[in-house]
Amino acid sequence: MKEREETKKSVNIPVSFFRMIGRWTIRAVGNFGAMAVFFFLGFINIFRARQIREITNQTYYIGAKSSLIVMLVALFTGMVLGLQLFYTLVKFGSVGALGSAISLSLVRELGPVLTAIMITARAGSAMAAEIGILRNSEQIDALYTMGVDPIRYLISPKIAASIISFPLLTAFFDLIGIIGGYITGVVLLGTNAGTYFYRVQSSIDIVDVRGGFIKALVFGAIVSCICCFQGYFCHMRSDGFGAKSVGLATVSAVVISCVMILVSDYVVTSFLM
Amino acid sequence: MDAPLIEFRNVTKGFNGKTVLDNVNLSIYENQVTTIIGKSGTGKSVLLKHIIGLLKPDEGTILFQGVPINKMKKAEWEGHRRKIAYLFQNNALLDSMTVLENVAFPLRQTTDLPKAEIEKRAMRRIEDLELLEAVGKFPSELSGGMQKRVALARALVTDPQIVLFDEPTTGQDPIRKNMILSMIIHYRKKYGFTAIMISHDIPDVFFISDRVIILWEGSVGFEGPYEDALKQNVPMIDEFLRSLDGFEDQLTGLLSREAFKMHYSGMLGSAAREAASSAALFGVRLNILSEVLGTQAALEALRSLGEYTNRYFNAIGGFSARHSRDEILTIFPRKTIEEARKLVADYSRDLERGVIDHIRDIASANSVEATCFDIHIHAGVTEISPEDTIDEIIEKGRAKQEIISTYRCDFGGNDQ
Repeated sequence: MKEREETKKSVNIPVSFFRMIGRWTIRAVGNFGAMAVFFFLGFINIFRARQIREITNQTYYIGAKSSLIVMLVALFTGMVLGLQLFYTLVKFGSVGALGSAISLSLVRELGPVLTAIMITARAGSAMAAEIGILRNSEQIDALYTMGVDPIRYLISPKIAASIISFPLLTAFFDLIGIIGGYITGVVLLGTNAGTYFYRVQSSIDIVDVRGGFIKALVFGAIVSCICCFQGYFCHMRSDGFGAKSVGLATVSAVVISCVMILVSDYVVTSFLM
Repeated sequence: MDAPLIEFRNVTKGFNGKTVLDNVNLSIYENQVTTIIGKSGTGKSVLLKHIIGLLKPDEGTILFQGVPINKMKKAEWEGHRRKIAYLFQNNALLDSMTVLENVAFPLRQTTDLPKAEIEKRAMRRIEDLELLEAVGKFPSELSGGMQKRVALARALVTDPQIVLFDEPTTGQDPIRKNMILSMIIHYRKKYGFTAIMISHDIPDVFFISDRVIILWEGSVGFEGPYEDALKQNVPMIDEFLRSLDGFEDQLTGLLSREAFKMHYSGMLGSAAREAASSAALFGVRLNILSEVLGTQAALEALRSLGEYTNRYFNAIGGFSARHSRDEILTIFPRKTIEEARKLVADYSRDLERGVIDHIRDIASANSVEATCFDIHIHAGVTEISPEDTIDEIIEKGRAKQEIISTYRCDFGGNDQ
């Protein structure tokens, strides 16, 4: 009898493992589909009437208000890159290539990715928390009862503002990052200024800039969609209700956004190469 | 009876495996006030949310003007939905906006009216609900009662045809409760909307309701006029109404209808049965007072009259209760009709000091000195026979009602 039970248990372990994977996959696919529909509805409503004012407000909040922190991060990223690359290039006697190395790594990769992560931390978390609170206090239901489409009023301006802000802030990041590299490489470590800027200008092609902006656009859409989605449906979470659900939604929004930024970065890069 | 405006047919709804609405069938008619009552957690708010489409039934159908909602085209349903306003239980005010912005919000978002016109309409509602001092404040800076009134102003600003009130008087003091209920009647008469209300404010809510729906364990326990509910003699309804009805009418301090009924039964069962008893039905035209003094001041006057009547007749062993919005029934045990008439005459003379002075203060506080108006106090004195029910006494009193006192606009005293 005991033996039979133990055999049953040992058979059940792989079954429950696969069952768990199955459930997780079904839920993930369902969520992905729901998010795609959510983004589609949010995106098409950008072009409806009475949106300009709200899009402007959101662009100010997501874009303008994030610019300082993005520039600060860009400056130190550029400086650190300058430091690391200088001592690496010295070993190979190629210090002259410092400008190329810094500018290419910023414009192609670090600019879009770090900008997106910074905006996610600052504005994405706020989006999820704000929408979550609106959901829990029935303000989203109230919008619906007043004849206002909550997706049009709340989500579309945030998606539009993100799509506008991410590339612009990426451009700022790239610029300030290059200046940061200049401060370390030229001002502090004595590389020739003319060589540095010549290398920056000659090595960056329009294809690199375009690639960086495409990534920024994709990240803007992904981050805004994930953060808004997490907040909008926080009441349907199985792991928490009320204030807890808002907290969990915010954490999920930031974590999923960061992971998706890196995953999509790889995918977009592989298409651009 | 006309065809229902909204009809539930076998509607069932559950959450996480728990059935909240179980095979609900009910009808809501146009231009009526329908009140839904029921214990907490019986699905009243869930029912209301189905009407506006915030929730969809798991089973069954909801018909709007005879057409199933689930078979309507999106545009058709949206057209109907825009005629409905919803007052949430927790107000659901947009907390990042001021009171004015909240009230103007539905007009800004759903109409093409000029900014000035939107502001004018919003201000009118704000003024109606006595919220002028709160115009520039945010919801978090207001008391619960004020937030409720802002939500009410926002619900009414679009002149909706159907208004769903989810516990509109929760958190209000007795005066404000009655004021909000009076406002619902006032606006319903003015704009002719259909009101569907969830409330526990017995008896006040019954004075304004045309129909009552009692939800009991997820199903409809009773549907019809309130008077019929009382006649049903179904233990469930009886128990439920008793549990909601307190011992005291919160506005006036008079006995509740249930407590009054118990006192009356007690009187009939006691030695007083042997002696003759009498009753008087007092009335004051609340609508006229409301027009002149404003709803809140009129209710204050009614409260003052109720308190005074209670105090005056309690001293001689009488007991009183409010039986409609502006009628008070007093029973005088062991008093002949002549004695009762004399008591009422003395009472009307003393009213000047007890009540009219108070109304005069209210009038001056509301700056209505320049307006000429009369206050009539009606009374109908009648004998009681031991077989009489309370409704029969009211009918007899109403038939004999006459003006016992008229106070002129200059408050020159009793014109009797």
